[in-house]
Amino acid sequence: MNLMRIGRPAVIAIAAALVLSSCASNETPASTGSDEPAESTLSGTLNAAGASSQGSAQEAWISAFQTANTGVTINYDPSGSGAGRETFIAGGSDFAGSDSYLNDDELAGTFASCAPDTLAVDLPVYISPIAVIFNIDGVDELNLDADTLAKIFKGDITTWNDPAIAALNADATLPATAITAVHRSDDSGTTKNFSDYLNQVAPTVWTEKPADPFPYQTGEGAQGTSGVVDAVTNGVGTIGYADASRAGDLGVAKIKVGDEFVEYTAEAAAAVVDGSPLVEGRADNDLAIKLDRLTDDATHYPLVLVSYAIVCEEYADAAQGELVKEYVSYMASADGQAEAAASAGAAPLSEDLQAKVAAVLETVK
Amino acid sequence: MTTAVDRIAIKAKERPGDRIFSTATVVAGSLILAVLAAVAIFLFVQSVPAFMAAPDDFKGDFSNFWSYVAPLAFGTIWSAFLALLMAVPVAIAVALFISHFAPRKLAQGLGYLIDLLAAVPSVVFGLWGIGVLAPLVQPFYASLVEWFGWFPLFAGPVSGTGRTIFTVAIVLAVMVLPIITAICREIFLQTPVLYEEASLALGATRWEMITMAVLPFGRAGIISAAMLGLGRALGETMAVAMVLSPSPQILFQLFTSQNPTTIAANIALNFPEAHGVGVNILLATGLVLFVITLIVNMIARVIINRRKAFSGAN
Repeated sequence: MNLMRIGRPAVIAIAAALVLSSCASNETPASTGSDEPAESTLSGTLNAAGASSQGSAQEAWISAFQTANTGVTINYDPSGSGAGRETFIAGGSDFAGSDSYLNDDELAGTFASCAPDTLAVDLPVYISPIAVIFNIDGVDELNLDADTLAKIFKGDITTWNDPAIAALNADATLPATAITAVHRSDDSGTTKNFSDYLNQVAPTVWTEKPADPFPYQTGEGAQGTSGVVDAVTNGVGTIGYADASRAGDLGVAKIKVGDEFVEYTAEAAAAVVDGSPLVEGRADNDLAIKLDRLTDDATHYPLVLVSYAIVCEEYADAAQGELVKEYVSYMASADGQAEAAASAGAAPLSEDLQAKVAAVLETVK
Repeated sequence: MTTAVDRIAIKAKERPGDRIFSTATVVAGSLILAVLAAVAIFLFVQSVPAFMAAPDDFKGDFSNFWSYVAPLAFGTIWSAFLALLMAVPVAIAVALFISHFAPRKLAQGLGYLIDLLAAVPSVVFGLWGIGVLAPLVQPFYASLVEWFGWFPLFAGPVSGTGRTIFTVAIVLAVMVLPIITAICREIFLQTPVLYEEASLALGATRWEMITMAVLPFGRAGIISAAMLGLGRALGETMAVAMVLSPSPQILFQLFTSQNPTTIAANIALNFPEAHGVGVNILLATGLVLFVITLIVNMIARVIINRRKAFSGAN
C-alpha cells in the first residue's frame, strides 16, 4: 500500500522526465517552420573545437542555425585555441575556432580534413574589445597610456597616486591606496591579446612575448572573466582586464591612442580591425589580420581580441565542405554578427570585412 | 537444545541467499581494490611523459617537472595545515560543548546544524568565499600587515581583494569543521561513564574531568578525525580555485596577492585548455597529490595503531 502511494507519482515523474528530455535542442516546434522562407535542405553533423572566447557566440550561432536548418547538428567544443587547431589539423573536427591564426609551421604541414594538397585559411568571425576595468574609491574616470598600464600590471607602479598616473589624470583625486592588479589565473586568449598590446605599444616595459598564461609573477590571479570581474568589484584599489561586454557598472579606463584617450566602443574595436593590414606572405584567400596595435587614429580602440574560424580551402568530403561553408557564412553575415553582439557582447565585423569573408567562403568547396 | 540443532542445520545447508550475499561482499571488496589500482596505474602511465618533459613544455620558468610541482605540493600542504590549525581546536570545543556541556535539546539541534554544514557543496563555499568572506576580512588583513608587517608571515604588500591563502584556509576550515566535529562528538560520548564519575568523585571539576578522562580517551579518535578532515582539505578543488589568487612560488606570507596554489585547484584551472604534454604534466601533479594523501593516511594509521587501546573504534 505504502509502496503504491509512493510508486504512482514516481512513475508519472519518470515518464514526464523521459518525455520532456527527448526534445533535443535542434528539434524545433512546427510553428517556427512557417516563418522560414524556404525549407532548408541541409543536413548532417558538424564537429568543431577551439577558442573558448567565441564559445558563447558559437552557442548563439548554433542554436539560430539549427533552428533555421533542422537537419543540421553542430557541436562546438570550447577546448582552447591550441587544442582546437591541433584537433582540426589531425582531422578530428570540421573547422577550428582560434584566437591566433595558423602559424607558418602549421601551414607547411597537411590538414587531414582537407582535400590532398590544399591548405586551410583563417577567417575572422569574432571581435571582442578588452576593457581595462578598475574600482578605486572616489575615481570615476581614469586615463592610462600603454607604458603606465604595463608598469601597473608588471608591478612597477604600486600605488594609485604614483606620479606617472597623476600626470595622465590631472582632474582626478587619486588616493594613496595600493594597486591590486588582477589578471586571469587560467589560460586565456584575452591575456594573450592584452599582453600582445602591451608588448607592441610598450615594448621597453612589457618585455615578455604574448602567450595564454599571464607572464609575470605579480599581481593577483582570478579564475575566468567572471572571476576577474568579481575580484575587481569586491576589492579595494583594484584594476583588471576583461571582455568589454562583462565590464558592467565598473569604471572603465580610457587608453591612450595617438594623443587622445579612447574609451572602447564596438565601432572603435571593429574600426581597428578594419584598418589593420592582412598578414603578409600568405595566400590571397587567407584573412589573417596583423592587428595595428600601434595605431594613432583616435577612432580606433587597439586593445581587441580577434578570433578566427579556420576552414579548409577544399574539403575531402564535399558534403561537409558545403555545411561548413553555409555555417561559417552565417557566422560572418550581418545576421550572425548581430546575434553575437546581442548574446556575447561581440563587436560586429565591419561590412567591408563581412564582404571579404563571404568572398573567400564562396571559393570554399 | 533447539538452538543447538538450528545452528548445526544452518551450517549444513547453505541457502542461496548466503552464497549470493557472501559473493557480493567479496566482489565489492575486490572492486574497491581494482578501482584503486586502476586509478594508480592510469596516473602513473599518463605521468611518464611529464617526468621527461622539456622546460618549454611548462608554463612559466621551470626547468623540470619537480620544480613545477614543488610550489603546488607546498601550497596543498600549507593551506590544509592552516585550515586544520583553525578547525581542530574549534571542532574539539564544539564537540565537547555538545557532548558534555549543552542541555540535551540544544545539543541535538546543534548537532543537526553542524551535519547540515557538511552537506553544503564546495562550489557554494567558493562563492561565499569570493562574495562575502574575502571583502569582509580584507580590512583586517590591511591593518595586520600595517601593524605587524615585520612578522614574516604577515609581510606585505597586502592583497586588495582579500583572496589570499589565509582566506582559503578559513573556507577550508569551515568545510572540514563538520567532519571533525561529528567524529569527535561520537568519540567523546563513548568515554566510559565510570571514568568520568570516578574523576568527579575524586573531587575533579568538570574541566579537570575533561582533561583527565575525556581527552586522553579520545586522543586517537581526535587524530583520526583531524586526518579525515585533512583528506578533504588536501583534495578540495573548486573552493580553492575560485577564491585563491595563485602564483607558482613557494611563499609563506598569508596576506599578499601571490599565494602558492594547490595541486587540485591548479588542475581545475589549467585542464580545460591543456593539450599535448600539458595534460600529462597536470596528471603527474595528480599522481603527486595521490601520493601525498596516501602518506598522510599512512601516518594517521600509524598514530592510531600506536594508541589502539584508547581508539574510539573498539
